[in-house]
Amino acid sequence: MLKEDCASELKVHLAKSLPLPSNVTRPRIDLIMFVVNLHSKYSLRNVEESLHHVDATFFLGRVGFLATGAGRESHCSVHRNTVVKLAHTYRSPLLFCDLEVEGFRATMAQRLVRMLQICAGHVPGLSALNLLSLLRSSENPSLEDL
Amino acid sequence: MDETVAEFFKRTILKIPMTEMMTILKAWGFLSENQLQTVNFRQRKESLVQDLVLLCEKKRASLNDAAILDIVYTQFHRHQKVWDVFRMSREPGEDIDLFDMEQFKRSFKKILQRALKNVTISFRDAEENAVWIRIAWGSQYRKPNQYRPVYVVYYSQTPYAFTSSSQLRSNIPLLGQTFETHNSTTPLQERSLGLDINMDSRIIHENRIEKERVQRVTQETFGYYPQPRLEFAQYKLETKFKSDLNGGILAEREEPLRCLIKFSSPHLLEALKALAPAGIADAPLSPLLTCIPNKGMNYFKIRDK
Repeated sequence: MLKEDCASELKVHLAKSLPLPSNVTRPRIDLIMFVVNLHSKYSLRNVEESLHHVDATFFLGRVGFLATGAGRESHCSVHRNTVVKLAHTYRSPLLFCDLEVEGFRATMAQRLVRMLQICAGHVPGLSALNLLSLLRSSENPSLEDL
Repeated sequence: MDETVAEFFKRTILKIPMTEMMTILKAWGFLSENQLQTVNFRQRKESLVQDLVLLCEKKRASLNDAAILDIVYTQFHRHQKVWDVFRMSREPGEDIDLFDMEQFKRSFKKILQRALKNVTISFRDAEENAVWIRIAWGSQYRKPNQYRPVYVVYYSQTPYAFTSSSQLRSNIPLLGQTFETHNSTTPLQERSLGLDINMDSRIIHENRIEKERVQRVTQETFGYYPQPRLEFAQYKLETKFKSDLNGGILAEREEPLRCLIKFSSPHLLEALKALAPAGIADAPLSPLLTCIPNKGMNYFKIRDK
């Protein structure tokens, strides 16, 4: 993400889980991406627990899920549908990307930077909420059947 | 020779892998070629270490000599440490002073000793106008802990100094001040540099402390060296069902449950070592897994007590 050309100043906070340590001052968080490794149930559980610590206002377009590892089906111990349901429960977009693959990673990075710019309010006329409804309308309609 | 110094020698030499022993001892230069020839390097490591320590005692080796050996070892194993970089900033327009290494060492030592009561400071010159400084900290009432030193590598012709990360983070500003007092320049922007793009300052590791704890616990459990090569471990469980939740059919079952768990991997112990740092497992790992090298077994039968 940092390699992308971005007019805004970009900062990435990496955390293993939430809540973040409270004794630190940090700038406003514009977007939270929860990365779930489909190869690890531990990863899913970690994300589920961290979600409880997120303020409700974030779920209006400032939260997203990124599932990695779907490409290697045999290694997956978390079912694809599990993350789909999770994202649906939290009304947030779900992106699939095998982070181990350089090409996919680069494309996803571009996407995330764009998302982040919108969430930070740096794209005139487009807000996080707008983006959310745009993304939602392109969801698979069979989602409701889950 | 003082007991603690002898112990320090013993532990420092013990750290050195047999394959590197000759090279490191030669680089250290305290024991001459002739003296090294009198030692049998083909014997068991423990006996070799004993012989070497005796030799050092005979030659009246001091704590400082041991510290230098520690520096040499670390220089050979620098990649095993995590380094922070400090950059000293000069006032614009200031002339670059002619640098005198000996004077720097003298004043560095003086300043640090003045500030701290119990401290061991050792120097070893290295390539490219660099000096390796080893600092062992104590406290007001305690002698320096020789087993947790901090290393500073200062490239005198540059504004950069590298320090090995230390849990005694409170001492880092003091080091900075020591440079400042010597150089009369204003430090110090702490940046962690590395060849890895991950070390970009726009990336903030929120759980750095936890990460470091995990690394430390992993090192303590598994040690610094490659693990013995093992391809599988098998656990036969015969235990009653245990659960946090009350009730349930399984909880009432009198008979123990039987199951067999087999772990296999091209290099099982290295894989286990990598689990916590990779974020896949908590640290410390279950002793059932970590006891394998200690117990020398990889078949386990686990029953309720």
